[in-house]
Amino acid sequence: MHALTLVETGDLKASFYTFEGVVQALNGVGIVLNQGETYGLVGESGCGKSVTVRSLMRIIQAPGRIDSGRIVLFLNRDDRTHGIDIVHRSEAYMQSIRGSDISMIFQEPAAALNPVLTIDYQVGESFRFHRMEQMLDETLIDLDAARGARRRFSPARFAQSISAALLRRERDGLGRYAERVQVIDNELYLLEEKQDGQSEGRKGELNARRDRARSKDAFVSLARHFPFLRRYRRKLDATIHRHVVELLTMLGIPNPENVAERYPHELSGGMQQRIVIAIALACHPTLLVADEPTSNLDVTIQAQIVELIKTLKKTFISSVLFITHDLGLVAEMCDRVTVMYAGDVSETATVKELFRNPLHPYTTGLLASVPKEVQDEELAMIPGAVPNLIAPPPGCRFHPRCPHRMTICSLEKPVTIEHSPGHWVACHLYTEKDAPHV
Amino acid sequence: MSSLETKITGATGRAEHPRWQEFLFTTRRFLSNPLSVIGLTLIVFFGIIAILAPVIEPPKYPDHYRIPHTGFRIEPTPPSAAHPLGTTQQQYDMLYGLVWGTRSAFMIGVLVVAANLLIGVLLGAIAGYFGGTVDEIIMRITDIFYAIPFLIMAMALVVAIGRGLKAVVIVLIILEWPSYTRVLRSDILVTRGRDFILAARASGASHMRIIFTHILPNAMYSVLILASLNIGTTILTAAALSFLGLGSETGTADWGQIVSLCRNWIVGAPGNRFAYWYTVFIPGFVISLFVLGWNLLGDAVRDVFDPKMRRR
Repeated sequence: MHALTLVETGDLKASFYTFEGVVQALNGVGIVLNQGETYGLVGESGCGKSVTVRSLMRIIQAPGRIDSGRIVLFLNRDDRTHGIDIVHRSEAYMQSIRGSDISMIFQEPAAALNPVLTIDYQVGESFRFHRMEQMLDETLIDLDAARGARRRFSPARFAQSISAALLRRERDGLGRYAERVQVIDNELYLLEEKQDGQSEGRKGELNARRDRARSKDAFVSLARHFPFLRRYRRKLDATIHRHVVELLTMLGIPNPENVAERYPHELSGGMQQRIVIAIALACHPTLLVADEPTSNLDVTIQAQIVELIKTLKKTFISSVLFITHDLGLVAEMCDRVTVMYAGDVSETATVKELFRNPLHPYTTGLLASVPKEVQDEELAMIPGAVPNLIAPPPGCRFHPRCPHRMTICSLEKPVTIEHSPGHWVACHLYTEKDAPHV
Repeated sequence: MSSLETKITGATGRAEHPRWQEFLFTTRRFLSNPLSVIGLTLIVFFGIIAILAPVIEPPKYPDHYRIPHTGFRIEPTPPSAAHPLGTTQQQYDMLYGLVWGTRSAFMIGVLVVAANLLIGVLLGAIAGYFGGTVDEIIMRITDIFYAIPFLIMAMALVVAIGRGLKAVVIVLIILEWPSYTRVLRSDILVTRGRDFILAARASGASHMRIIFTHILPNAMYSVLILASLNIGTTILTAAALSFLGLGSETGTADWGQIVSLCRNWIVGAPGNRFAYWYTVFIPGFVISLFVLGWNLLGDAVRDVFDPKMRRR
């Protein structure tokens, strides 16, 4: 079966412009993630795993920037052959897919939750950002039902009528916004692969127009910021709260009503990570990016969270991009793996192939440094440390630590070749004719 | 339903709500410190005087802030039945000036600090969050304000705008916002780098939403504390300007103005240094009490708000 591509990056370069110099964090990263698979991204700390996934969502923090390359997402459910290159897309477009189509779980759950907001509010934000129309519709239905049950002329009924009118107005505003944006997106989609000057100009114009479009009605935004007056939104808050509790229940959080009322510091680490997962899953994303989700949890909780992500993958999400430095986890979770080193992709293969037949010297070194069940001799290690990326080694960035280095290694960056079907490697050992056989 | 039962069933009533609990804790914490209670009492006392000013001292002119005076005699008179706190130079009634001056003091303090908060928070948030060129421009402007001696700049601006309480308020607003901007910016820089901001971006939050619902509630405390401490300082500065003859017009109910009317009598009469003690002592004492009240209250606000201090 030919797998459908979901995300494809090509020659992605990102740098951090610091006072000490330019940190070349990504040096032409190319990964391809297929629909429905769990994809592992492995490497030492500081090898660019996190930067890669942050550029997928375009949330690299200043002073970082994507320099060049392309990130193509195939999110259109009807047409899987054409993707959207998000590098040049408008910020408004990115905001509409972040958390909705792609969402992310962070390494440290305690840090990823805002200490001053309740769980209810933080989980509810996902619904507010991406499912507002649905929330408003449900609230309006509820309000209509409640009004029907009341006496004809009662103050409560009057208040509900006002509330319903304001919410309906907001709903209409969102509907109009969605229509307008849909038109822009359709045209952008058709222009996607055209490169000539005229369509580039049109693209820029459309992106700018998309950024300018406002979803909110001025009247409604005024009303919702007035104390007392904004009480008309209480019914909406109740609807969102209901969805939050539903979601928390689904994730197996005990006593969800109570947990929703709490602040992050009142929960344990494992529970906090579940909340972070709940936020990420609220809108049923196509791709879930898990940035070392278990590194800061203790082993039993780790197992629970891994188990949770595995079950969720079956029911909720189609694909998972799993970042870790734990090779055991990779073996357990992933279908395919990419090994990264210092901003370069070293090797990509299916998990089985990678563990049985590692090609890149760095992968071999990594695998050798994992403690075995029966460990007789001292644990192997890769000598040296990850280079400073302000002045990375020339040629192959791994060559100073490589046991098989040749003269060419310090001169030229190796090209990525498909060594055997589905097994890609970037190493001169496999491209040079006179390379020693390993 | 007992509170234990409420906890188990998860239905939280008002008494169990975390915000309510937090509020109770804060109040208890506030009331347990005698200094904060003194500060609060002082401010409430002045507040009551300000509100009841027309009752305590019924106004005599359509412009309520004009102090009535009986005659133009230069020499101040000591407290008497007609003038319970004496009169100043040119026979302005001291009590009337002090009572109505409370209103001016609140107006100056609250107006200046509120405007400063608004400008400072807005600019600080923009500078801290967006960084780059915007940040550079805003922060260099604050540097310019810091580079010029405060009082000299204030005097020059008051002269340029024209005397009067309004001018003092405007000048203080123009000159004091940079400190708020600086403090807020530094707090925002710290908060901005935290993971939950990245998480909020990753779930699709817009810049405005991140600034106002995620960053500001985490970074506001220092600025709020600064503001409550600054109300006292602001009033002192306004009084200083009035004392120098640059504030309100002669005869306006404003504490600085009253002190300035007493300027010539500070040294007393030849042979009797304390002949006119009341002219300096009474308004000076009132100003000190007011500033002290705000400072104590500011300290209390810090103790209550600062997460590092509050759990001690």
